[in-house]
Amino acid sequence: MISRKIVLHFPQVLVDQPIVYKLVKDFDLQFNILKASVTSGQEGLMVLELTGKKENFDKGIEYLKSCAVLIEPLSKDVIRDEEKCTHCGVCVPVCPVDALVVEPQTRKIIFENKKCIACELCVKICPPRAMEVRF
Amino acid sequence: MKTIKEINEKIKRGDVVVVTAEEVIDLVEKKGVRKVAEEVDVVTTATFGPMCSSGAYFNIGHSKPRIKLGGGVCKLNDVPCYTGFAAVDIYLGATAIPDDDPRNKVYPGEFKYGGGHVIHELVAGKPVYLEAIAYGTDCYPRKKLATAINLKDINEAVLFNIRNCYQNYNVAVNLSDKMIYTYMGALKPNMGNANYCSAGQLSPLLKDPYYKSIGIGTKIFLGGGVGFVAWHGTQHNPSIPRKDNGVPKVPGGTLAVIGDLKQMKAKWLAGESMYGYGATLAVGIGVPIPVLNEETIKSAAVKDEEIWTQVINYAHDYPQCIAGSLAEVNYSQLKSGKITVQGKEVPTGNLSSYSKAREITEILKSWIVKGDFLLSESVAPLPSVESGYSFKPLKESPSIS
Repeated sequence: MISRKIVLHFPQVLVDQPIVYKLVKDFDLQFNILKASVTSGQEGLMVLELTGKKENFDKGIEYLKSCAVLIEPLSKDVIRDEEKCTHCGVCVPVCPVDALVVEPQTRKIIFENKKCIACELCVKICPPRAMEVRF
Repeated sequence: MKTIKEINEKIKRGDVVVVTAEEVIDLVEKKGVRKVAEEVDVVTTATFGPMCSSGAYFNIGHSKPRIKLGGGVCKLNDVPCYTGFAAVDIYLGATAIPDDDPRNKVYPGEFKYGGGHVIHELVAGKPVYLEAIAYGTDCYPRKKLATAINLKDINEAVLFNIRNCYQNYNVAVNLSDKMIYTYMGALKPNMGNANYCSAGQLSPLLKDPYYKSIGIGTKIFLGGGVGFVAWHGTQHNPSIPRKDNGVPKVPGGTLAVIGDLKQMKAKWLAGESMYGYGATLAVGIGVPIPVLNEETIKSAAVKDEEIWTQVINYAHDYPQCIAGSLAEVNYSQLKSGKITVQGKEVPTGNLSSYSKAREITEILKSWIVKGDFLLSESVAPLPSVESGYSFKPLKESPSIS
Protein backbone atom coordinates (compact mmCIF):
# COMPACT_ATOMS: atom_id res chain seq x y z
CA MET A 1 0.00 0.00 0.00
CA ILE A 2 1.17 3.48 -0.73
CA SER A 3 -0.26 6.87 0.08
CA ARG A 4 0.63 10.13 -1.66
CA LYS A 5 -0.61 13.67 -1.65
CA ILE A 6 -0.97 15.08 -5.12
CA VAL A 7 -2.24 18.25 -6.78
CA LEU A 8 -4.46 17.80 -9.82
CA HIS A 9 -5.10 20.57 -12.34
CA PHE A 10 -8.13 19.83 -14.48
CA PRO A 11 -8.43 21.57 -17.81
CA GLN A 12 -11.78 23.27 -18.37
CA VAL A 13 -13.16 20.44 -20.53
CA LEU A 14 -12.68 17.83 -17.80
CA VAL A 15 -14.32 19.70 -14.96
CA ASP A 16 -17.70 18.09 -15.66
CA GLN A 17 -16.25 14.52 -15.82
CA PRO A 18 -16.50 12.03 -12.90
CA ILE A 19 -12.76 11.42 -12.76
CA VAL A 20 -12.32 10.75 -9.06
CA TYR A 21 -15.15 8.24 -9.18
CA LYS A 22 -13.18 6.28 -11.80
CA LEU A 23 -10.15 6.17 -9.51
CA VAL A 24 -12.25 4.41 -6.90
CA LYS A 25 -14.23 2.12 -9.16
CA ASP A 26 -11.61 1.05 -11.72
CA PHE A 27 -8.43 1.19 -9.63
CA ASP A 28 -9.67 0.49 -6.10
CA LEU A 29 -8.04 3.59 -4.64
CA GLN A 30 -9.08 5.42 -1.52
CA PHE A 31 -9.13 9.17 -1.69
CA ASN A 32 -9.23 11.99 0.78
CA ILE A 33 -9.97 15.43 -0.66
CA LEU A 34 -7.73 17.98 1.03
CA LYS A 35 -8.86 20.86 -1.11
CA ALA A 36 -11.01 21.27 -4.18
CA SER A 37 -11.95 24.15 -6.37
CA VAL A 38 -13.96 22.77 -9.26
CA THR A 39 -16.37 25.10 -11.00
CA SER A 40 -18.16 24.24 -14.20
CA GLY A 41 -16.69 26.06 -17.16
CA GLN A 42 -13.44 26.91 -15.39
CA GLU A 43 -10.16 25.15 -14.70
CA GLY A 44 -10.33 22.87 -11.69
CA LEU A 45 -7.83 22.29 -8.91
CA MET A 46 -7.95 19.40 -6.47
CA VAL A 47 -5.56 18.28 -3.77
CA LEU A 48 -5.99 14.59 -2.99
CA GLU A 49 -4.45 12.07 -0.70
CA LEU A 50 -4.55 8.89 -2.74
CA THR A 51 -4.08 5.49 -1.09
CA GLY A 52 -3.99 2.00 -2.59
CA LYS A 53 -1.81 -0.84 -3.88
CA LYS A 54 1.32 0.43 -5.65
CA GLU A 55 0.26 -1.24 -8.90
CA ASN A 56 -3.22 0.30 -8.78
CA PHE A 57 -1.83 3.67 -7.73
CA ASP A 58 0.45 3.77 -10.77
CA LYS A 59 -2.40 2.73 -13.07
CA GLY A 60 -4.60 5.41 -11.56
CA ILE A 61 -1.94 8.04 -12.22
CA GLU A 62 -1.57 6.78 -15.80
CA TYR A 63 -5.34 7.09 -16.20
CA LEU A 64 -5.28 10.67 -14.93
CA LYS A 65 -2.45 11.53 -17.32
CA SER A 66 -4.37 9.96 -20.20
CA CYS A 67 -7.26 12.31 -19.40
CA ALA A 68 -4.88 15.30 -19.66
CA VAL A 69 -5.05 16.04 -15.95
CA LEU A 70 -1.85 17.77 -14.87
CA ILE A 71 -0.43 16.05 -11.80
CA GLU A 72 2.04 17.53 -9.36
CA PRO A 73 3.31 16.25 -6.05
CA LEU A 74 1.85 18.35 -3.26
CA SER A 75 4.09 21.04 -2.21
CA LYS A 76 2.31 24.32 -2.38
CA ASP A 77 1.01 26.22 -5.27
CA VAL A 78 1.59 29.97 -5.51
CA ILE A 79 -0.94 31.77 -7.63
CA ARG A 80 -1.34 35.38 -8.66
CA ASP A 81 -4.56 37.34 -8.30
CA GLU A 82 -4.54 39.09 -11.65
CA GLU A 83 -6.93 41.77 -10.47
CA LYS A 84 -4.76 42.75 -7.53
CA CYS A 85 -1.37 42.71 -9.30
CA THR A 86 -0.32 46.23 -10.28
CA HIS A 87 2.71 44.99 -12.27
CA CYS A 88 5.14 47.09 -10.25
CA GLY A 89 7.92 44.51 -10.20
CA VAL A 90 9.23 44.74 -6.67
CA CYS A 91 8.94 40.93 -6.52
CA VAL A 92 11.31 40.41 -9.46
CA PRO A 93 14.72 40.62 -7.70
CA VAL A 94 13.37 38.66 -4.72
CA CYS A 95 12.36 35.56 -6.69
CA PRO A 96 15.27 33.04 -6.49
CA VAL A 97 14.28 31.10 -9.63
CA ASP A 98 13.28 33.84 -12.10
CA ALA A 99 9.64 32.77 -12.02
CA LEU A 100 8.79 36.48 -11.89
CA VAL A 101 10.29 38.51 -14.71
CA VAL A 102 9.66 41.83 -16.46
CA GLU A 103 8.44 41.53 -20.04
CA PRO A 104 10.67 44.15 -21.68
CA GLN A 105 8.12 45.50 -24.18
CA THR A 106 4.98 45.78 -22.06
CA ARG A 107 6.90 46.22 -18.77
CA LYS A 108 4.34 43.84 -17.26
CA ILE A 109 5.42 41.19 -14.80
CA ILE A 110 5.21 37.64 -16.08
CA PHE A 111 4.62 34.92 -13.48
CA GLU A 112 5.80 31.53 -14.68
CA ASN A 113 4.04 29.18 -12.34
CA LYS A 114 6.04 26.21 -13.71
CA LYS A 115 9.32 27.64 -12.48
CA CYS A 116 7.90 28.57 -9.06
CA ILE A 117 9.27 26.54 -6.15
CA ALA A 118 6.72 27.98 -3.72
CA CYS A 119 9.36 29.55 -1.47
CA GLU A 120 6.75 32.25 -0.76
CA LEU A 121 9.25 35.12 -0.67
CA CYS A 122 7.04 37.11 -3.02
CA VAL A 123 3.86 36.45 -1.06
CA LYS A 124 4.56 38.71 1.87
CA ILE A 125 6.50 41.43 0.11
CA CYS A 126 3.94 41.99 -2.66
CA PRO A 127 2.48 45.43 -1.81
CA PRO A 128 -1.05 44.72 -3.15
CA ARG A 129 -0.77 41.14 -1.80
CA ALA A 130 -1.52 39.65 -5.18
CA MET A 131 0.49 36.44 -4.61
CA GLU A 132 -1.35 33.72 -2.71
CA VAL A 133 -0.41 30.28 -1.50
CA ARG A 134 -2.78 27.48 -2.31
CA PHE A 135 -2.36 24.09 -0.72
CA MET B 1 4.56 79.67 -29.52
CA LYS B 2 1.09 78.42 -28.59
CA THR B 3 -1.24 79.27 -25.72
CA ILE B 4 -3.35 76.95 -23.60
CA LYS B 5 -6.40 78.79 -24.93
CA GLU B 6 -5.44 77.92 -28.51
CA ILE B 7 -4.81 74.30 -27.56
CA ASN B 8 -8.23 74.11 -25.92
CA GLU B 9 -9.81 75.48 -29.10
CA LYS B 10 -8.12 72.65 -31.01
CA ILE B 11 -9.42 70.12 -28.46
CA LYS B 12 -12.96 71.46 -28.96
CA ARG B 13 -12.56 71.39 -32.76
CA GLY B 14 -11.23 67.85 -32.58
CA ASP B 15 -7.89 68.50 -34.29
CA VAL B 16 -5.59 68.51 -31.29
CA VAL B 17 -2.37 66.46 -31.52
CA VAL B 18 -1.59 64.58 -28.32
CA VAL B 19 1.34 62.22 -27.74
CA THR B 20 2.44 60.34 -24.64
CA ALA B 21 5.68 61.06 -22.80
CA GLU B 22 7.14 57.94 -24.45
CA GLU B 23 5.95 58.77 -27.96
CA VAL B 24 7.42 62.26 -27.80
CA ILE B 25 10.89 60.76 -27.26
CA ASP B 26 10.78 58.84 -30.56
CA LEU B 27 9.21 61.76 -32.39
CA VAL B 28 11.95 64.16 -31.32
CA GLU B 29 14.61 61.65 -32.34
CA LYS B 30 13.04 61.39 -35.80
CA LYS B 31 11.95 64.96 -36.46
CA GLY B 32 13.86 67.20 -34.06
CA VAL B 33 12.64 69.52 -31.31
CA ARG B 34 11.51 72.38 -33.54
CA LYS B 35 9.25 70.33 -35.81
CA VAL B 36 7.69 68.41 -32.91
CA ALA B 37 7.03 71.65 -31.01
CA GLU B 38 5.08 72.88 -34.02
CA GLU B 39 3.16 69.67 -34.60
CA VAL B 40 2.35 68.47 -31.10
CA ASP B 41 -0.03 70.27 -28.74
CA VAL B 42 -0.03 68.14 -25.60
CA VAL B 43 2.28 65.54 -24.01
CA THR B 44 0.68 63.21 -21.46
CA THR B 45 2.76 62.08 -18.47
CA ALA B 46 1.85 59.72 -15.63
CA THR B 47 2.91 57.70 -12.63
CA PHE B 48 1.38 54.88 -10.56
CA GLY B 49 2.93 53.93 -7.26
CA PRO B 50 2.57 53.84 -3.49
CA MET B 51 2.13 57.38 -2.14
CA CYS B 52 1.87 57.37 1.65
CA SER B 53 0.84 61.01 2.15
CA SER B 54 -2.53 60.28 0.56
CA GLY B 55 -5.93 60.32 2.19
CA ALA B 56 -9.52 61.38 1.81
CA TYR B 57 -12.00 63.55 3.65
CA PHE B 58 -15.65 62.75 3.98
CA ASN B 59 -18.82 64.47 5.12
CA ILE B 60 -20.99 61.56 6.18
CA GLY B 61 -24.25 63.52 6.61
CA HIS B 62 -26.08 64.25 9.86
CA SER B 63 -27.65 61.47 11.87
CA LYS B 64 -30.95 61.86 13.70
CA PRO B 65 -30.47 62.82 16.51
CA ARG B 66 -27.26 64.65 15.63
CA ILE B 67 -23.77 63.59 16.68
CA LYS B 68 -20.60 65.68 16.80
CA LEU B 69 -17.65 63.53 15.78
CA GLY B 70 -15.24 66.45 16.35
CA GLY B 71 -13.25 65.67 19.49
CA GLY B 72 -14.54 62.12 19.48
CA VAL B 73 -13.38 58.85 17.96
CA CYS B 74 -14.39 57.57 14.54
CA LYS B 75 -13.33 54.41 12.73
CA LEU B 76 -14.01 53.08 9.25
CA ASN B 77 -13.69 49.28 9.14
CA ASP B 78 -11.76 49.64 12.41
CA VAL B 79 -9.25 52.08 10.91
CA PRO B 80 -9.16 55.33 12.93
CA CYS B 81 -9.98 58.59 11.17
CA TYR B 82 -9.05 62.12 12.16
CA THR B 83 -12.11 63.85 13.68
CA GLY B 84 -10.73 67.26 14.66
CA PHE B 85 -13.22 69.17 12.51
CA ALA B 86 -16.91 70.10 12.78
CA ALA B 87 -19.73 67.62 13.42
CA VAL B 88 -19.57 65.07 10.61
CA ASP B 89 -16.36 65.80 8.68
CA ILE B 90 -13.61 63.19 8.96
CA TYR B 91 -10.26 62.57 7.28
CA LEU B 92 -8.83 59.13 6.66
CA GLY B 93 -5.10 58.80 6.01
CA ALA B 94 -3.66 56.05 3.82
CA THR B 95 -1.26 54.76 6.50
CA ALA B 96 -3.77 54.64 9.38
CA ILE B 97 -4.14 51.13 10.81
CA PRO B 98 -6.52 49.52 13.32
CA ASP B 99 -5.62 50.09 16.98
CA ASP B 100 -5.34 46.34 17.52
CA ASP B 101 -2.99 45.76 14.59
CA PRO B 102 0.16 44.25 16.16
CA ARG B 103 2.30 46.62 14.04
CA ASN B 104 5.95 45.58 14.31
CA LYS B 105 5.56 43.96 17.73
CA VAL B 106 5.72 40.67 15.90
CA TYR B 107 8.48 41.70 13.53
CA PRO B 108 8.14 42.12 10.62
CA GLY B 109 4.48 43.16 10.77
CA GLU B 110 2.18 42.36 7.89
CA PHE B 111 0.07 45.55 7.83
CA LYS B 112 -2.60 43.79 5.86
CA TYR B 113 -5.26 46.46 6.19
CA GLY B 114 -5.18 50.22 6.59
CA GLY B 115 -6.62 53.52 5.39
CA GLY B 116 -5.51 52.90 1.81
CA HIS B 117 -7.49 49.66 1.75
CA VAL B 118 -10.60 51.41 3.12
CA ILE B 119 -10.35 54.06 0.38
CA HIS B 120 -9.90 51.32 -2.23
CA GLU B 121 -13.00 49.46 -0.98
CA LEU B 122 -15.13 52.61 -0.89
CA VAL B 123 -14.13 53.44 -4.46
CA ALA B 124 -14.91 49.85 -5.48
CA GLY B 125 -18.47 50.51 -4.29
CA LYS B 126 -18.24 48.34 -1.19
CA PRO B 127 -19.95 49.41 2.04
CA VAL B 128 -17.64 50.12 4.98
CA TYR B 129 -18.57 50.09 8.64
CA LEU B 130 -18.41 53.33 10.57
CA GLU B 131 -18.25 53.30 14.36
CA ALA B 132 -18.02 56.51 16.36
CA ILE B 133 -18.03 57.65 19.95
CA ALA B 134 -18.70 61.31 20.80
CA TYR B 135 -18.92 63.27 24.04
CA GLY B 136 -22.40 64.71 23.41
CA THR B 137 -23.51 68.34 23.56
CA ASP B 138 -26.87 70.09 23.89
CA CYS B 139 -27.05 70.56 20.13
CA TYR B 140 -25.40 67.23 19.23
CA PRO B 141 -26.73 64.87 21.91
CA ARG B 142 -25.90 61.52 20.36
CA LYS B 143 -22.85 59.73 21.78
CA LYS B 144 -22.62 56.57 19.69
CA LEU B 145 -22.99 55.74 16.05
CA ALA B 146 -22.55 52.43 14.23
CA THR B 147 -23.60 52.17 10.62
CA ALA B 148 -22.56 50.93 7.22
CA ILE B 149 -21.80 53.77 4.83
CA ASN B 150 -21.06 53.81 1.13
CA LEU B 151 -19.57 56.30 -1.22
CA LYS B 152 -22.70 57.16 -3.17
CA ASP B 153 -24.84 58.04 -0.13
CA ILE B 154 -22.46 60.28 1.81
CA ASN B 155 -22.08 63.96 0.93
CA GLU B 156 -18.51 64.85 -0.02
CA ALA B 157 -15.81 62.25 -0.53
CA VAL B 158 -12.64 63.96 -1.67
CA LEU B 159 -9.20 62.49 -2.20
CA PHE B 160 -6.74 65.05 -0.86
CA ASN B 161 -3.13 63.90 -1.01
CA ILE B 162 -0.64 66.27 0.54
CA ARG B 163 2.42 64.75 -1.13
CA ASN B 164 2.36 62.71 -4.34
CA CYS B 165 4.20 62.44 -7.59
CA TYR B 166 7.80 62.81 -6.40
CA GLN B 167 10.13 64.30 -8.94
CA ASN B 168 12.69 61.49 -8.94
CA TYR B 169 13.39 59.14 -6.04
CA ASN B 170 16.19 57.22 -4.32
CA VAL B 171 17.29 53.70 -5.16
CA ALA B 172 17.33 51.72 -1.91
CA VAL B 173 19.89 49.04 -1.01
CA ASN B 174 20.88 47.29 2.20
CA LEU B 175 24.58 47.12 3.07
CA SER B 176 23.99 45.29 6.36
CA ASP B 177 24.10 41.53 6.82
CA LYS B 178 20.42 41.18 7.77
CA MET B 179 17.21 41.53 5.79
CA ILE B 180 15.54 44.91 6.33
CA TYR B 181 11.94 45.95 5.66
CA THR B 182 11.43 49.49 4.45
CA TYR B 183 8.96 51.69 2.60
CA MET B 184 11.12 50.85 -0.41
CA GLY B 185 10.27 47.18 0.06
CA ALA B 186 12.18 44.27 1.56
CA LEU B 187 15.90 44.74 1.03
CA LYS B 188 18.10 41.67 1.06
CA PRO B 189 21.41 41.79 2.95
CA ASN B 190 24.70 42.73 1.29
CA MET B 191 22.96 44.51 -1.59
CA GLY B 192 20.90 41.49 -2.61
CA ASN B 193 18.50 43.81 -4.44
CA ALA B 194 18.09 47.48 -5.31
CA ASN B 195 14.58 48.92 -5.28
CA TYR B 196 13.55 52.09 -7.04
CA CYS B 197 10.24 53.92 -7.31
CA SER B 198 9.60 56.12 -10.32
CA ALA B 199 8.04 55.96 -13.76
CA GLY B 200 11.24 57.63 -15.05
CA GLN B 201 10.64 59.03 -18.52
CA LEU B 202 6.85 58.93 -18.02
CA SER B 203 6.82 60.71 -14.66
CA PRO B 204 5.16 64.16 -14.69
CA LEU B 205 7.66 66.31 -12.78
CA LEU B 206 10.64 64.69 -14.51
CA LYS B 207 9.23 65.97 -17.82
CA ASP B 208 8.66 69.50 -16.53
CA PRO B 209 11.78 69.86 -14.39
CA TYR B 210 11.39 73.56 -13.55
CA TYR B 211 7.56 73.44 -13.09
CA LYS B 212 6.99 75.75 -16.04
CA SER B 213 3.74 74.06 -17.01
CA ILE B 214 2.57 72.17 -13.93
CA GLY B 215 1.31 74.59 -11.28
CA ILE B 216 -1.49 75.22 -8.82
CA GLY B 217 -4.78 74.62 -10.61
CA THR B 218 -3.41 72.23 -13.25
CA LYS B 219 -6.15 69.78 -14.16
CA ILE B 220 -5.02 66.15 -13.96
CA PHE B 221 -6.05 62.49 -14.14
CA LEU B 222 -6.34 61.42 -10.51
CA GLY B 223 -7.23 57.87 -9.51
CA GLY B 224 -9.25 57.34 -12.68
CA GLY B 225 -11.20 60.59 -12.28
CA VAL B 226 -10.39 64.24 -12.73
CA GLY B 227 -8.47 66.20 -10.13
CA PHE B 228 -6.32 69.27 -9.72
CA VAL B 229 -2.94 70.24 -8.38
CA ALA B 230 -3.87 71.98 -5.12
CA TRP B 231 -0.47 73.22 -3.98
CA HIS B 232 3.14 72.15 -4.02
CA GLY B 233 3.39 68.93 -2.04
CA THR B 234 4.98 68.70 1.40
CA GLN B 235 8.78 68.33 1.30
CA HIS B 236 8.76 70.08 -2.11
CA ASN B 237 12.41 70.75 -2.76
CA PRO B 238 13.33 72.61 -5.94
CA SER B 239 16.76 73.64 -4.64
CA ILE B 240 18.53 70.35 -5.20
CA PRO B 241 21.39 69.39 -7.53
CA ARG B 242 20.33 68.96 -11.14
CA LYS B 243 21.84 67.63 -14.34
CA ASP B 244 22.44 69.95 -17.32
CA ASN B 245 19.00 69.02 -18.69
CA GLY B 246 17.47 70.45 -15.48
CA VAL B 247 16.37 67.07 -14.15
CA PRO B 248 17.04 66.65 -10.40
CA LYS B 249 19.61 64.01 -9.41
CA VAL B 250 17.81 63.41 -6.10
CA PRO B 251 14.19 63.64 -4.92
CA GLY B 252 13.02 67.18 -5.82
CA GLY B 253 9.56 68.64 -6.32
CA THR B 254 6.27 67.15 -5.15
CA LEU B 255 2.58 67.85 -5.71
CA ALA B 256 -0.44 68.13 -3.42
CA VAL B 257 -3.45 66.94 -5.40
CA ILE B 258 -7.20 66.94 -4.89
CA GLY B 259 -10.19 65.38 -6.64
CA ASP B 260 -13.68 63.94 -6.26
CA LEU B 261 -13.31 60.37 -4.94
CA LYS B 262 -16.79 59.51 -6.22
CA GLN B 263 -15.55 59.73 -9.83
CA MET B 264 -12.48 57.59 -9.22
CA LYS B 265 -11.93 53.91 -9.98
CA ALA B 266 -10.61 51.14 -7.74
CA LYS B 267 -8.10 50.12 -10.42
CA TRP B 268 -6.24 53.39 -9.97
CA LEU B 269 -6.32 53.56 -6.15
CA ALA B 270 -4.97 50.34 -4.66
CA GLY B 271 -4.59 49.64 -0.95
CA GLU B 272 -1.08 48.31 -0.37
CA SER B 273 0.86 46.70 2.49
CA MET B 274 4.58 47.22 2.88
CA TYR B 275 5.80 44.22 4.85
CA GLY B 276 7.43 45.35 8.11
CA TYR B 277 6.65 48.98 7.32
CA GLY B 278 2.97 49.83 7.07
CA ALA B 279 -0.15 50.28 4.99
CA THR B 280 -0.40 52.73 2.11
CA LEU B 281 -2.25 53.64 -1.06
CA ALA B 282 -0.98 53.29 -4.63
CA VAL B 283 -2.24 56.23 -6.67
CA GLY B 284 -2.45 56.73 -10.41
CA ILE B 285 -1.80 60.29 -11.59
CA GLY B 286 -1.65 61.64 -15.11
CA VAL B 287 -0.63 65.18 -15.98
CA PRO B 288 -0.99 66.81 -19.41
CA ILE B 289 1.81 69.12 -20.46
CA PRO B 290 0.70 71.74 -22.99
CA VAL B 291 3.34 72.33 -25.64
CA LEU B 292 3.77 76.09 -25.53
CA ASN B 293 7.28 76.29 -27.01
CA GLU B 294 10.38 74.33 -28.00
CA GLU B 295 11.63 74.28 -24.44
CA THR B 296 8.54 72.31 -23.33
CA ILE B 297 9.30 69.65 -25.93
CA LYS B 298 12.99 69.54 -25.08
CA SER B 299 12.16 68.80 -21.44
CA ALA B 300 9.31 66.42 -22.26
CA ALA B 301 11.56 64.38 -24.56
CA VAL B 302 14.09 63.58 -21.84
CA LYS B 303 14.56 59.82 -21.76
CA ASP B 304 15.40 57.20 -19.14
CA GLU B 305 19.15 57.28 -19.83
CA GLU B 306 19.19 61.04 -19.17
CA ILE B 307 17.44 60.79 -15.80
CA TRP B 308 19.85 60.00 -12.98
CA THR B 309 19.33 59.12 -9.35
CA GLN B 310 21.27 58.05 -6.25
CA VAL B 311 21.72 54.66 -4.61
CA ILE B 312 21.23 55.02 -0.85
CA ASN B 313 22.01 52.59 2.00
CA TYR B 314 18.69 52.09 3.81
CA ALA B 315 20.32 49.98 6.52
CA HIS B 316 22.27 52.96 7.88
CA ASP B 317 22.54 56.22 5.96
CA TYR B 318 18.83 56.74 5.32
CA PRO B 319 17.57 56.01 8.87
CA GLN B 320 20.41 58.02 10.43
CA CYS B 321 19.80 60.95 8.08
CA ILE B 322 23.35 60.82 6.76
CA ALA B 323 23.93 62.24 3.30
CA GLY B 324 25.83 60.15 0.81
CA SER B 325 25.31 58.20 -2.35
CA LEU B 326 26.82 54.79 -3.12
CA ALA B 327 26.39 55.28 -6.85
CA GLU B 328 24.63 57.38 -9.46
CA VAL B 329 22.54 55.37 -11.90
CA ASN B 330 20.01 56.18 -14.62
CA TYR B 331 16.54 54.77 -15.25
CA SER B 332 17.60 52.90 -18.35
CA GLN B 333 20.09 50.97 -16.22
CA LEU B 334 17.49 50.45 -13.49
CA LYS B 335 14.97 49.16 -16.02
CA SER B 336 17.52 46.74 -17.52
CA GLY B 337 17.11 44.64 -14.37
CA LYS B 338 20.54 45.18 -12.86
CA ILE B 339 22.84 47.97 -11.81
CA THR B 340 26.44 47.99 -10.66
CA VAL B 341 27.09 49.42 -7.21
CA GLN B 342 30.62 49.48 -5.82
CA GLY B 343 31.66 46.80 -8.29
CA LYS B 344 28.79 44.49 -7.47
CA GLU B 345 25.99 43.64 -9.87
CA VAL B 346 22.67 44.13 -8.08
CA PRO B 347 19.24 43.06 -9.42
CA THR B 348 16.63 45.84 -9.46
CA GLY B 349 12.93 46.00 -8.64
CA ASN B 350 10.49 48.85 -9.18
CA LEU B 351 7.78 49.77 -6.68
CA SER B 352 6.15 51.99 -9.25
CA SER B 353 4.23 50.31 -12.08
CA TYR B 354 5.61 51.45 -15.42
CA SER B 355 2.92 49.56 -17.35
CA LYS B 356 0.13 51.23 -15.38
CA ALA B 357 1.74 54.65 -15.81
CA ARG B 358 1.89 53.99 -19.55
CA GLU B 359 -1.79 53.01 -19.52
CA ILE B 360 -2.65 56.31 -17.79
CA THR B 361 -0.77 58.35 -20.42
CA GLU B 362 -2.88 56.56 -23.07
CA ILE B 363 -6.17 57.12 -21.20
CA LEU B 364 -5.45 60.81 -20.65
CA LYS B 365 -4.48 61.12 -24.30
CA SER B 366 -7.80 59.56 -25.37
CA TRP B 367 -9.77 61.88 -23.05
CA ILE B 368 -8.11 64.92 -24.61
CA VAL B 369 -8.44 63.68 -28.19
CA LYS B 370 -12.14 62.93 -27.66
CA GLY B 371 -12.68 66.44 -26.29
CA ASP B 372 -13.62 65.20 -22.81
CA PHE B 373 -10.72 66.88 -21.06
CA LEU B 374 -9.75 70.52 -21.56
CA LEU B 375 -6.48 71.84 -20.19
CA SER B 376 -6.47 74.37 -17.37
CA GLU B 377 -4.20 77.38 -16.94
CA SER B 378 -2.31 77.16 -13.68
CA VAL B 379 -3.33 80.00 -11.36
CA ALA B 380 0.01 80.23 -9.53
CA PRO B 381 3.39 78.57 -10.10
CA LEU B 382 4.99 75.99 -7.83
CA PRO B 383 8.12 77.31 -6.10
CA SER B 384 11.03 76.68 -8.47
CA VAL B 385 14.80 77.05 -8.27
CA GLU B 386 14.86 80.85 -8.09
CA SER B 387 12.44 80.85 -5.10
CA GLY B 388 15.14 79.55 -2.77
CA TYR B 389 12.46 77.31 -1.26
CA SER B 390 13.93 74.18 0.30
CA PHE B 391 13.24 71.21 2.52
CA LYS B 392 14.60 71.52 6.06
CA PRO B 393 15.38 68.86 8.66
CA LEU B 394 13.71 69.12 12.07
CA LYS B 395 15.41 71.33 14.64
CA GLU B 396 14.81 69.54 17.93
CA SER B 397 14.74 71.49 21.18
CA PRO B 398 14.10 69.99 24.61
CA SER B 399 11.59 72.64 25.74
CA ILE B 400 9.46 75.41 24.27
CA SER B 401 11.27 78.21 26.12
